[in-house]
Amino acid sequence: MKHYQQKAGKPAMKLIACAVAGVSVLGVASVVQAQQTLNIVSWGGAYSMSQERAYHEPWREKTGDDIVNIDRSANALAGLRAQSQAGNVTWDLVDMLPADAMIACAEGLIEPLDHDELLAEAPDGTPPSEDFVDGALGECFVASIVYSNIVAFNSSMFPEDQQPSTIEDVFDLENYPGQRALMRRPINNLEWALIADGVDRDDVYAMLETEEGIQRAFAKLDTIKDHVIWWEEGAQPPQLLADREVAFASAYNGRIFDAMVSENQPFEIIWDAQVFELDGWVVPTGKLDKVRDYLYFATDTQRLADQAQYISYGPARLSSSEYVSTHAETGIEMEPHMPTYEPNFATAIQKDDEFWADYSDELNQRFDAWLAQ
Amino acid sequence: MSDSPASPLTTADGVPLKISLRRAVRRSKLKAFLLVSPLLLFLVIAFIMPIGEMLWRSVDNPEVSTHLSRTVDALEGWDRESLPGEEVFAALAEDLREGQQARNLGLLSSRLNYEKSGMRSAITRSARGLGALEPPYREALIELNAHWGDLDTWKLIERESSPLTLSYYLAAVDRQLTPDGEIVRAPETQRLHVNLFWRTLWMSLVITGLTLLLGYPIAFLLASLPLRYSNLLMILVLLPFWTSLLVRTTTWIAILQSQGVLNDMMVALGVIADEARWQMIHNKTGTIVAMTHILLPFMILPLYSVMKTIPPSYMRAARSLGGRPFLCFRRVYFPLTIPGIAAGGILVFILSIGYYITPALVGGQSGRFITNYIAYHMQTSLNWGLAAAIASILLFVVVVFYLVFNRIIGVDKVKLG
Repeated sequence: MKHYQQKAGKPAMKLIACAVAGVSVLGVASVVQAQQTLNIVSWGGAYSMSQERAYHEPWREKTGDDIVNIDRSANALAGLRAQSQAGNVTWDLVDMLPADAMIACAEGLIEPLDHDELLAEAPDGTPPSEDFVDGALGECFVASIVYSNIVAFNSSMFPEDQQPSTIEDVFDLENYPGQRALMRRPINNLEWALIADGVDRDDVYAMLETEEGIQRAFAKLDTIKDHVIWWEEGAQPPQLLADREVAFASAYNGRIFDAMVSENQPFEIIWDAQVFELDGWVVPTGKLDKVRDYLYFATDTQRLADQAQYISYGPARLSSSEYVSTHAETGIEMEPHMPTYEPNFATAIQKDDEFWADYSDELNQRFDAWLAQ
Repeated sequence: MSDSPASPLTTADGVPLKISLRRAVRRSKLKAFLLVSPLLLFLVIAFIMPIGEMLWRSVDNPEVSTHLSRTVDALEGWDRESLPGEEVFAALAEDLREGQQARNLGLLSSRLNYEKSGMRSAITRSARGLGALEPPYREALIELNAHWGDLDTWKLIERESSPLTLSYYLAAVDRQLTPDGEIVRAPETQRLHVNLFWRTLWMSLVITGLTLLLGYPIAFLLASLPLRYSNLLMILVLLPFWTSLLVRTTTWIAILQSQGVLNDMMVALGVIADEARWQMIHNKTGTIVAMTHILLPFMILPLYSVMKTIPPSYMRAARSLGGRPFLCFRRVYFPLTIPGIAAGGILVFILSIGYYITPALVGGQSGRFITNYIAYHMQTSLNWGLAAAIASILLFVVVVFYLVFNRIIGVDKVKLG
């Protein structure tokens, strides 16, 4: 608080007023419904830990509510469907990807959200609908982080004067030998294959809608197929890199960062052609009143900035970036490790959720058939 | 009692004996039924109903007929030669508007997207864009999304408007319907499931054969050693049997992986070079090794229980009649163990066809079973109809195997213990 009051100057008055109002509203609310249990579904691992520290712990202290972490986000859509069909929805708040949220929203499994009514304003009074990055607010979705799919490498496996730096290098077996670990899904891999094959990053998804584009992407993947280990769990790539089973691994940037700072692994991230994507909250149908206060709290400017102390995912709020500080344990500056950091972001691609909503059935099957050849 | 032979026998209270007996039998039948009824109820709820539900889901096709009911009605009598007229588009607009309000277009758009990629966004985008649209809807909708101007889209909607569909089964055997309703093979790049069915069957046979090869001598040893040694040996068989499946599977990963125990030992002994470590896990080898180990007790135990009942005097008699050891084994001992082999074989084979955790963990790409795709369609792609169709085919295969087995060997000969 102190830290940004000094920085923010005049808007700080407004912020204090806001905060006071917010706290008093929450205070009243917590008297009314104190000590409830919130079942919150998320991804587990380092990511859930960052939410625990930045959102859950302060919320428990504030209200006395109990928060139960459920690590089911990987199959959240299936879970929501099953619970809704059984007529017994036990999840109160779910962390999921915007593509899944779009489907869940169209099926009526989750609540439509009025962002300006439900979410906190920025400290300078900017309404929520203008304070989030592009695509962060869906019909039923509110993003909390920007994360990125990147390729990382173990720098100790390459001579010092020949370290890889671009996505082309991942497909260059001659100059950069070694096994590669890639996710066992077409997503990201097809994008990278086309870019490494010389396609402009703005044309990638248009190319992928054509048969020639898909063939071209698979043909590029064919060139490294014999050197690829396919992973399925987000925890595998840092492990494979650490064991030196592979030289390169595609991964979520936060996991690689975690291994770099917490375990001192000699990993480097290739930010070139990172595929960035949002992730955030949805509210199962009928649970809005129960989680309204928590959602307001957990998506405000300070909370999103706090989360970035624990994991290198960028806050989805524009106003949060100036409050992002240093890593909670090691004290290193977080900004250069964020996907949204200027030099990292120069060649970034935004994952096209609509393309994947349309083509994932077809391309997943085609990818599996290709793998089985 | 009456003296006359014509009058029926009665009990002491005058009721004819026949009726009285029938009553007593009925009462005891009812008691017996009540005793088994909890089990019966359990079977119905936990076994028969889910299978019925699965079979139903594999052909159930309610999405188009419920969520596009007006469009389907308006399409009646359509010539299938040219795009439908304005009244069909108006009906579509009405259906989409209603679906958007009720927020239930999701399942419809997923359903159509299975058949034609791009239909998901065609529906969701059109439903969102409808608000601003004015009649005539035909031009407006085609303008909004090109799929509505494609004849195949309309043929698809008409075809999938029936309440039952075969398309899940067709997809499960790598076939598809053309827009005009002919069944053709899927393009080569999309063929996946048939190969997986064959691989699952073939690998299950290999695993069954290996468990027999390894299990037979162990069972023989168990049955012929003195009790105190055989008990110790039995514990060695049962201990892994009681250990968690996941523990046993991950242990094999630790042993077989390229930086694992076995490879390290081979490198240390100089058998293989450090750069040429063997890839023994995350492929077929991994699946076969781990599953053979895990399923071995299911072979040993039935074999053991059968061998235990074969008197040692038979072999001694055969030997004393001049048979050489191998001949005695082949003509006397082995035929007597066939019920055990059959029981162990069918048990291991059926279990391994349905295995999915172990292949998922150690199978990599080449050691994956069709069951892994059932799990994938249940949990990730959420195409439950396709999952149900694959599972139904698998169930059918198991039933066929069982019937063939019954025909050749006879289920009554099977001994499980």
